[in-house]
Amino acid sequence: MRVALFLTCVNDTLYPGTGRAVVRLLNRLGVDVDFPLGQTCCGQPHYNTGYRRQAEPLAHRFADVFADYDAIVTPSGSCGAMVRELYPRMGRRAEAEGRGSSLAEAIAKVVPVTYELTEFLVDILGVTDVGAYFPHKVTYHPTCHGLRSLGLGERPRQLLAAVKGLELMELPGAEECCGFGGTFAMKNADVSASMGRDKVAAAVSTGAAALCTADNSCLMHIGGIIRRQDEDIRPLHIAEILASTEDEPLT
Amino acid sequence: MSGTYLGMPAFPEAARQALGDDTLRANLRHATHTIRDKRARAVAELDDWAELREAGKQIKDHTLQHLDTYLLQLEEAVTAAGGTVHWAADAAQANRIVTDLVKATGETEVVKVKSMATQEIELNEHLAAEGITAYETDLAELIVQLGDDRPSHILVPAIHRNRSEIRDIFRDQMGIWGRPAPEGLTDEPAELAEAARLHLREKFLRAKVGISGANFMVAETGTLVVVESEGNGRMCLTLPDTLISVVGIEKVVPTWRDLEVFLQTLPRSSTAERMNPYTSMWTGTADGDGPRNFHLVLLDNGRTDTLADEVGRQALRCIRCSACLNVCPVYERAGGHAYGSVYPGPIGAILTPQLRGTTSEVDASLPYASSLCGACYEVCPVAIDIPEVLVHLRERVVDQGGHHLERAAMSAAAWAFDHPAVLAAGQRMASRTRRLHPSRLPGPGRAWSDSRDLPQVPDRPFRDWWQRQQGEKGDAQ
Repeated sequence: MRVALFLTCVNDTLYPGTGRAVVRLLNRLGVDVDFPLGQTCCGQPHYNTGYRRQAEPLAHRFADVFADYDAIVTPSGSCGAMVRELYPRMGRRAEAEGRGSSLAEAIAKVVPVTYELTEFLVDILGVTDVGAYFPHKVTYHPTCHGLRSLGLGERPRQLLAAVKGLELMELPGAEECCGFGGTFAMKNADVSASMGRDKVAAAVSTGAAALCTADNSCLMHIGGIIRRQDEDIRPLHIAEILASTEDEPLT
Repeated sequence: MSGTYLGMPAFPEAARQALGDDTLRANLRHATHTIRDKRARAVAELDDWAELREAGKQIKDHTLQHLDTYLLQLEEAVTAAGGTVHWAADAAQANRIVTDLVKATGETEVVKVKSMATQEIELNEHLAAEGITAYETDLAELIVQLGDDRPSHILVPAIHRNRSEIRDIFRDQMGIWGRPAPEGLTDEPAELAEAARLHLREKFLRAKVGISGANFMVAETGTLVVVESEGNGRMCLTLPDTLISVVGIEKVVPTWRDLEVFLQTLPRSSTAERMNPYTSMWTGTADGDGPRNFHLVLLDNGRTDTLADEVGRQALRCIRCSACLNVCPVYERAGGHAYGSVYPGPIGAILTPQLRGTTSEVDASLPYASSLCGACYEVCPVAIDIPEVLVHLRERVVDQGGHHLERAAMSAAAWAFDHPAVLAAGQRMASRTRRLHPSRLPGPGRAWSDSRDLPQVPDRPFRDWWQRQQGEKGDAQ
């Protein structure tokens, strides 16, 4: 199976540690993963802000770059949802607008083989115990697009529950949005920050050492509030916890 | 405060003001979370909820697709049953028709059933300008009217008020509008309800004209349906000589069989009740029973335009249950008034810009009043994909011009993202200068950094680590 890592532009630029963790985790599980250098951004910022036409070349690029792989794995619920849910919608809209079926045809091959990381682990590799070690209290926030668009369900919690030494703390109001929402964080900064502060307070109330999600864009917002308020909790991507082992523990 | 929404600030500014009001924030949080949890339990009781939701969606879509047919069928049936049907293209026409009908009775007072359509066209204000006083009789609408306030929720218009605020409003205002509140009124719910009961009873018994909306209109028999919890609506629908109902054209359903679906989904979605307490149905007029004159005013007011948009038209499926408001984290913090319309919350953010257009500042800001978290779509009993319509309307706002800085930034980003070498150069530049980055940004960047630290830029992007690692692997081989 030829497997590609679709890391996302946010992770590539700001969170390379998450990318290294995914590579280490997949290699440990016997998966040889490639990182095609032509990948950039899936176009979600453009699409969600009302610039759908500008997202189309990026969807074409995605389809070209990842055309030859059997599976495309991404450590981001929202970028995964962009490809799986919104690329087909963009294709249908272009056709409805009389602009032909080239986009719909281009994405047809890559959309069904694009998986969010926890989906790939649980559904494709069939593992929930990835042999990880992380002896800390962790609370998990299911990010909205992973939860509602992709339907990740219990997969991330199953993976975390199997981590040796990890104590999973229930997050109050877990399914409420953290308030990031892409450009929403800037356009409605006051409401966004209020939502983020409530999310951080809920996480702190669990006594966990780490607030874990499967999406670094949400963690950029949540982590920014944690640092601003100097809270004693660490924002952490699930890949970094799953990559941590007794031989090479995450510090 | 009362009356119209002219001059409303754009959503972010209105929301910022609301966030600063601790009482409002506490009232809204308590109320929305209570209803939200009750709804979740009521819905979970039904094994066939997903099927009911799909059926409701399909019934509405079918009806909207053949709206002309069903409206004509409805008109014929209402007329045959002794009613009179009027067609209003916009708010001004509807207000004119209703005002003339009231004037023809010689009355200067009307009692009203809670109705979104009459709020939408600002009927009360128009009647007042013509010397006619409209009395709201829904308990929450009464609180809003007496408080010279505006509704902030579709189902619970006074959700932003707590008990002691309501007690003060009753004590200070009831005497001006009619029977005063009893001496020594406390904020006990039973006492407040009794004060409202006494105040309203006088109006019900005196009124000769009632004005209502309707939740549904059944085309096959010309029957109108009002779904309410208090019984006050039924008083207005049965006691007066003349009944005038103003109803949006999308409220028609073909048959009674179709109604069955919504009478299951609406109560559970809105008030978490298994069965609705007061469901009033009437077909034209009947001798010796209820109003002798019945007028139905069918209201378009932007609905036909909405129907023409193949993505946006799903907003017309809405049955006004308010479930989307009660689960929305943005509504919970911004409050209903910030949406600048009688339709607040997620449904308002997609309905108002379609009914009124996106030319005013507040209407153009509504499609952005969402983090696109999707909780609204998840609970909607007719499966309106609100995030999809929000994004669609953002396109409309972008296409009408303005947003120059944003457009330039989006174009630049789209170009860079289509040139990986440019992106990589930018990433490396950011990494190399990372020690110079401030923790707070000036200008538009303050929207981020006023409340959150910026992410720390790493010493190199992932792609550089990857290439070096691949190179080492190659050397090793």
